[in-house]
Amino acid sequence: MIIKDKLKSSTVNEIIEQYPYTESFFEDQKLAVDDQEKTLEEIYAGLTVEEREDVVFDLDQFADSLSSHIKNMQEFLGENDSVVAKLSILAGNNKDGKKENYDKLDIHSGEIISIVGPTGSGKSRLLADIEWTAQGDTPTERQILINDEVPDKKWRFTGGKKLVAQLSQNMNFVMDLSVIEFLNLHAESRLIDNQAEVVERIFNEANRLAGEQFGREAQITSLSGGQSRALMIADTAILSSSPIILIDEIENAGIDREKALELLVGEEKIVLMATHDPILALMGDKRIIINNGGIKNIIDTTAEEKELMQELKVLDKVLTDLRNDLRYGKNLSRISEELAAVKNT
Amino acid sequence: MNLVTFSGPPSSGKTAVILKTIEAIQQRGLNVGVVKFDCLYTDDDELYRKAGVPVKKGLSGSLCPDHYFVSNIEEVVQWGREKELDLLITESAGLCNRCSPYIKDIKAICVIDNLSGINTPKKIGPMLKTADIVVITKGDIVSQAEREVFASRVSTVNPDAMVMNVNGLTGQGAYEFSTLLFDENDHIDTVTGKKLRFSMPSAMCSYCLGETRIGEEHQLGNVRKIELGDE
Ligand SMILES: Nc1nc2c(ncn2[C@@H]2O[C@H](COP(=O)(O)OP(=O)(O)O)[C@@H](O)[C@H]2O)c(=O)[nH]1
Ligand SMILES: [Mg+2]
Ligand SMILES: [Zn+2]
Ligand SMILES: [Zn+2]
Repeated sequence: MIIKDKLKSSTVNEIIEQYPYTESFFEDQKLAVDDQEKTLEEIYAGLTVEEREDVVFDLDQFADSLSSHIKNMQEFLGENDSVVAKLSILAGNNKDGKKENYDKLDIHSGEIISIVGPTGSGKSRLLADIEWTAQGDTPTERQILINDEVPDKKWRFTGGKKLVAQLSQNMNFVMDLSVIEFLNLHAESRLIDNQAEVVERIFNEANRLAGEQFGREAQITSLSGGQSRALMIADTAILSSSPIILIDEIENAGIDREKALELLVGEEKIVLMATHDPILALMGDKRIIINNGGIKNIIDTTAEEKELMQELKVLDKVLTDLRNDLRYGKNLSRISEELAAVKNT
Repeated sequence: MNLVTFSGPPSSGKTAVILKTIEAIQQRGLNVGVVKFDCLYTDDDELYRKAGVPVKKGLSGSLCPDHYFVSNIEEVVQWGREKELDLLITESAGLCNRCSPYIKDIKAICVIDNLSGINTPKKIGPMLKTADIVVITKGDIVSQAEREVFASRVSTVNPDAMVMNVNGLTGQGAYEFSTLLFDENDHIDTVTGKKLRFSMPSAMCSYCLGETRIGEEHQLGNVRKIELGDE
């Protein structure tokens, strides 16, 4: 590789100037660079045996690593080739080896697809097939296309950019950071230009989704369940590099689920949502019915079902209100009265 | 026979990932065995035995487990051949951040978990830096953002590695990972003559050789001194 030899004879300053993201690389590789005006060759020549052991690589390997890093980052920053306008799932087989009951499902960015089926029916396998961009090489033998083409292998293996982002009930924040520190850390890893602006937007959106407001300086580990989920959703919608979002149920407590989905699809993502909740399922444009390891049916949400969803939301509101009344020591009234109260608001 | 070496910090999920991966490989009718290297104690061998996998363990005692690994890997390979394995997996507890058991031309996997903190990739040295595939576990319990940040840190430390997420509990990703482990065109009959990817540290001080007394006069061989001066 030409670039490798050129790197060896460049100074650290020259390299960082041309590829600004290599600054964190030098840091993470723990190469103690006291004089950035020295070339890599000069730096290596000056290292003792022990120091060389500490940085692990010899000069050749170090230059290899550095050039791979530059290649990865160039790919990562080349957003254009990773726009997923259309995801296609071509039929494979169910657990009995019989062909699935459809031929090809096309999903476009901005669409919400619900996935329903009993536990163990094959929902996880479907999601895994998508994540792996399966090419007949998984137990179902399904094939995944992106923008009508066989996807680049990079979706399988790169650390920085995955096809699918996941949100599920049992996910927690584990870092000891404030909301703002956390968002900044994530934004830095994405190398975006308008960091402050984006971070502010995520913070505001998260508060719009959360039932109870939270502050910039709140520790992420001390947020309530609803607040955590709101922050995770807003962050994933706006800052995740993944074009497809996979949601495993959104609990009804402490978060506005409809706004959450609007935010996700508003960012031109594809949303796949495994759920048992009729309101959530009907928020989808389509629903995939999974049974015995295969797709049994694909149903378009009808206009009538969308109306049903509105009715279900009223019922849902009644139940939520009753729970709140209970919590605050009020007397509970009959369904008919509660319904009337909901209609009035 | 194929040979694959696994390493990674304690409790990162190596055994869990290997077990889930073996399930997928066995479904293809392949014969898999495991040898576990540890320092003082392990009960991983029981877990493998319960899963019906032929297993042996080696405890290094007072030695660095990776040094112990290199001194025994040839015998281990011969054991695998006797058992007529298609795939021999070694699991090493990555206890020494200065060493790694990886051998040139032998597939090397590092298992690291999302809970270990975002600075861990920087800390664990050759075990991560020189691996071919890095498997990240425990993605089920942390947020999407933390997974993304962690994976990007891993990629910065080892830009050449394939980075994959595998869940050691549910096995999500294990089938896909398993397809990378076995290649029917690979045949390892011996590792004699092969080389380690990264030389083990030149450390050999008087304490390595059993010295217990403290004091300048007892410090022989390769001795390094801490810097305590003002900066
Ligand atoms: N939640 C979760 N737990 C895991 C995962 N992988 C492993 N574990 C658990 O982590 C603990 C340590 O795993 P083990 O395989 O023994 O780690 P090893 O020391 O690296 O071999 C066990 O309790 C596993 O059940 C994972 O992906 N998610
Ligand atoms: Mg283990
Ligand atoms: Zn060691
Ligand atoms: Zn010593």
